[in-house]
Amino acid sequence: MNLAEGVQIVSFVILTVMMLGSALGVVLFENIVYSAFLLGGVFISISGFYILLNADFVAAAQVLIYVGAINVLILFAIMLVNKKEDFSQMPGRLLRQGATALVCLGLFALLGTMVLVTPWELSTISPAAVGNSVVAIAKHFFSDFLLPFELASVLLLIAMVGAIILARRDIIPEITTTEEGSTGLQLPERPRELAGANSPKSKQN
Amino acid sequence: MQIQLEYILVLAAALFCIGIYGLVTSRNAVRVLMSIELLLNSVNLNFMGFSNFLDPGEIKGQVFTVFVLTVAAAEAAVGLAIILAIYRNRNTIDMEQFNLLKW
Repeated sequence: MNLAEGVQIVSFVILTVMMLGSALGVVLFENIVYSAFLLGGVFISISGFYILLNADFVAAAQVLIYVGAINVLILFAIMLVNKKEDFSQMPGRLLRQGATALVCLGLFALLGTMVLVTPWELSTISPAAVGNSVVAIAKHFFSDFLLPFELASVLLLIAMVGAIILARRDIIPEITTTEEGSTGLQLPERPRELAGANSPKSKQN
Repeated sequence: MQIQLEYILVLAAALFCIGIYGLVTSRNAVRVLMSIELLLNSVNLNFMGFSNFLDPGEIKGQVFTVFVLTVAAAEAAVGLAIILAIYRNRNTIDMEQFNLLKW
């Protein structure tokens, strides 16, 4: 990264404010649609941090995968379960939230002191002098991280199949129609809407 | 003055704590998934900081970040599918009422 130090500091401060504000908004907003859009803001600002940390490829991947895929998926889920639900008040809600906030602040204090106390062995190589990060990542992927790379593709396939199976409408058996014209290629099951199309019970969706 | 490793690490710790708070306190199941994404992102930020400041020669932190990204995408897809399935069964997304396995 060949930016001047002042530019780096200013963009760091702007990104910090943006990220922490959006993250607090994700957690604290009542309306979940606002939370989902602010989550996109968190991802964008984290991608800005990656650019500041000389990781251009991962910054692009962050925008593509998180903002383009995961955030859109979350918005779709919010639309699919779009139900105005006023949650019934639990007893001791404020006490719970206060205790959780206390624990989180304590965790932050612990992590902060640990970070500030530990003597980090900083590398002396200038990160900006090291060449193209895409080439370095590709070399890692196809030499010493080859097995995890292939396993990741298998994991994505499994996750896709699992998500389809879990989110599919429940299937009921078809009413047996014994006709001579039916071939063995018919699906043994069909979706509920088709099966109950002329019965009044299908109106519940 | 330059960006130090400690800034990034403290920032990631703050994001992690916000994520933990949202994970514990939120009632909406979709918001719980969003908090998990916040946690994963803070860990990614840590990896990036270490990769840039401790190991800029061979950037293994960036490789690990790409793996975490992959697993996060898979987790989001399966988690949202599970939430949809629960919503069809129980007709609610309140975390307090997901008590099928509770004695």
